[in-house]
Amino acid sequence: MASSYHLNGVEAWDGCTASAHALRQAQVDVVAAYPITPSTPIIQNYGSFKDNGYIDGEFVLVESEHAAMSACVGAAAAGGRVSTATSSQGFALMVEVLYQAAGMRLPIVLNVANRALASPLNIHCDHSDMYLGRDSGWISLCTCNPQEVYDFTLMAFRLAEHMGVRVPVMVHQDGFLSSHTVQNVRPLADHIAYKFVGDYVPVHPMFDFDKPVSYGAQAEEEWHFEHKAKLHHAIMESSSVLEDIFNDFAKLTGRQYNILETFDMEDAEVAIFALGTTWESAIVAAKKAREKGIKAGVVTTHLLRPFPFVALGEVFKKAKAVAIMDKSSPSGAMGALFNEIAASLYQVQGSRHPVLSNYIYGLGGRDLTQADLDHIFEELSQDAQKGALTHPTQQFIGLAGPKLSYF
Amino acid sequence: MKNWQEFEMGAVLFPFEKQGQEELSKHNNERTYTTDSSFTASVAHWRVEKPVHNKDVCINCFNCWVYCPDASILSREGKMSGIDYEHCKGCGVCVDVCPTNPKSLLMFDNLEPLEEALGKWPEKKEGLKKKSYRTEGGYNGF
Repeated sequence: MASSYHLNGVEAWDGCTASAHALRQAQVDVVAAYPITPSTPIIQNYGSFKDNGYIDGEFVLVESEHAAMSACVGAAAAGGRVSTATSSQGFALMVEVLYQAAGMRLPIVLNVANRALASPLNIHCDHSDMYLGRDSGWISLCTCNPQEVYDFTLMAFRLAEHMGVRVPVMVHQDGFLSSHTVQNVRPLADHIAYKFVGDYVPVHPMFDFDKPVSYGAQAEEEWHFEHKAKLHHAIMESSSVLEDIFNDFAKLTGRQYNILETFDMEDAEVAIFALGTTWESAIVAAKKAREKGIKAGVVTTHLLRPFPFVALGEVFKKAKAVAIMDKSSPSGAMGALFNEIAASLYQVQGSRHPVLSNYIYGLGGRDLTQADLDHIFEELSQDAQKGALTHPTQQFIGLAGPKLSYF
Repeated sequence: MKNWQEFEMGAVLFPFEKQGQEELSKHNNERTYTTDSSFTASVAHWRVEKPVHNKDVCINCFNCWVYCPDASILSREGKMSGIDYEHCKGCGVCVDVCPTNPKSLLMFDNLEPLEEALGKWPEKKEGLKKKSYRTEGGYNGF
């Protein structure tokens, strides 16, 4: 039995440390990992916990991220609780195996410290890798700070391993902005955290020799479609399970999370929607906008997949203008989140849709300043007054050189 | 055809109806495989040529068994007993590695009846160098 780790009521942790402690407390059986910035400290910390006797599980050093996820798939199929961490190019290298894990319904938890995708090579935060994994059949949870990283990593195990879900889960955090920024985190004691996560119950483990099982068989056209439908159904239904987990977690810690987090949306005429750390920056800007008489609100979601279409449609129903912020290059389209939220709003029948605009920001770690956010609220306010766009739908902000905008 | 709710989660397949350890102690001819196991399902629809085994020439060296990528060489009591045509893709690797003269495995058209194929077996040829089925061409290998 591993030694328990003495934790203070409040710890000063960065996102990677928070994530590593959550993995330790969940008593993961196998972690197979390859280091990549900015997710490296997750595995580095995990390795030192293992060295110092705080972990019973196996720690497998592999030669690439493709191998890391492959080893995770094998270990999970064998019947273990499995986790790993990655970023950017490593995530891209894992993608081929992410689909395998989801299709085999292996409840692996993957910590992703979001980082730009090359080229040009860049180690800083944007959401390119998060968007790359959207269709891989994994549930995607988004977090804003180290406390949320810790809480959501614990909850990710509960969600992935729930018998009605059994889908692998990613926990996203913004590279450096969250992963390397030390903040106060209120952890649970080891035994309480483990009790919350619960014992792992394998389903059809390959180590059950009395019931041999094949994983990853070929299905072709007579089966494939049905399996994908079943996976889609499980993912779509998982949001209600997540809400239950949020409620259980609130009873334990007093920290109540919601699938949609809103700030001042009750009477908001204009709103910003953004993922990750931008949520907190936008709240500061919204408060300033309110002082200027702009009825500003902010919305984010903790759940990128399954996408909360209905809830988002409802929350923006009364708004007059909404800015959807995408921290990934659209590369020839509207931003991915813009498309999805526009689709959400069209699911709400009979309502007047708000004026939508798409801001591309922060690529490769470019700062999103308060001035940028103030400017967005100003533009939204003008849109709201006019009841129509007063500027192009899609704009790049914080870009050097002449203004870049489309549509 | 089953509907999407009826499939086992994760697209897993179970080979046996009964306890695995018990079934594995039997010869594979006597095991009760499930109908949707990868053993029961034929995965050889695309075969255009098939290997035919001639037990009169075979020396039971099991080179073919070692090299077969689909585990389609059948054996019984230490002797090679034929080809599993439910799984054989007709790749010809077994013919390539067969060391006897004449070869005890030769490729024939998939529609060729086994009896007729065996009737066409070539004679032993002196001084014949080992030839590759693929590089020397022709499905009878000579």
